[in-house]
Amino acid sequence: MTAQAVTDAPVRYMERTRLYYRALGYDNDYVWARHDAVPFTPLRKPLSARTVGLVSTAGPGDRSHRDARNRRQVWSGLVASPPASFDTDVAWDKDSTHTEDRESFLPLEAAQHFVAAGRLGRLAPRFHAATTEYSQKKTIEQDAPEILRRLREDGADAAILSALCPVCHQTRAWSPGTWKPMACRPC
Amino acid sequence: MPTVLIGSARDIVEHCGVPRFVFSDFPLGNPCGHPWDREMQRTTLGLALDLLESARGPRSTVQLPFAWRPEDPAWRERYARVRPDDRERLLAIGDERRRRFGQPPRS
Repeated sequence: MTAQAVTDAPVRYMERTRLYYRALGYDNDYVWARHDAVPFTPLRKPLSARTVGLVSTAGPGDRSHRDARNRRQVWSGLVASPPASFDTDVAWDKDSTHTEDRESFLPLEAAQHFVAAGRLGRLAPRFHAATTEYSQKKTIEQDAPEILRRLREDGADAAILSALCPVCHQTRAWSPGTWKPMACRPC
Repeated sequence: MPTVLIGSARDIVEHCGVPRFVFSDFPLGNPCGHPWDREMQRTTLGLALDLLESARGPRSTVQLPFAWRPEDPAWRERYARVRPDDRERLLAIGDERRRRFGQPPRS
């Protein structure tokens, strides 16, 4: 294998994460969530006739999505008036980039562009912050159903999820009506 | 509900399995495109919309036709890289985490 091939290969985050946490002194490796059967719901109408909701892993910059114990809770913001800043305190690559541009992780303007162009029928009035939780029970029984409920309440019939950090939580493992997270240490 | 995920960390997402996945081979933090690059961000979302419509089954993955900044080819090597000379520093970070999160001390 050439040096160039190594450089161009996608980062092996699972291996990198295992080695990193072993170096921190942990002896119980992560066990990532896995769907034995991946759910799939086809899009039965064209997107121009759909209402799409946006979900990300970033909360509001004032951290009002965190409770007294600093645990993240499901939070929703208005597409028409998003917060000026976002809480992106998860394990993104702070040595290589930044999260000062909201559109790089929550594409509100881009989605509105496609609505104006007729590619999307409608954008749901709210976007939602997933919780990147460490409790499978809370994620499955509380947070995921709550986000799905809010999406449906907004009339969304499809969702776009953008993940700042899929390394040590599995919030992204969305299926209709459920999420399948992993047990994980806090980022 | 039909969904599409835009994200990095392809190995983790595909290990888990999702219905539709737009893979951006960027550092974690900017799955929807380079910061401030509106054209790239629109293209990224457009590809996600295309995949929402075109996928015929689960584990459908497309990769964005973009690369991270050419002036920074070493980004893949940096993230959470463990080097032998970093051992003591990383153990100290781990000890602090265990204290902060009320976890048992290292054995």
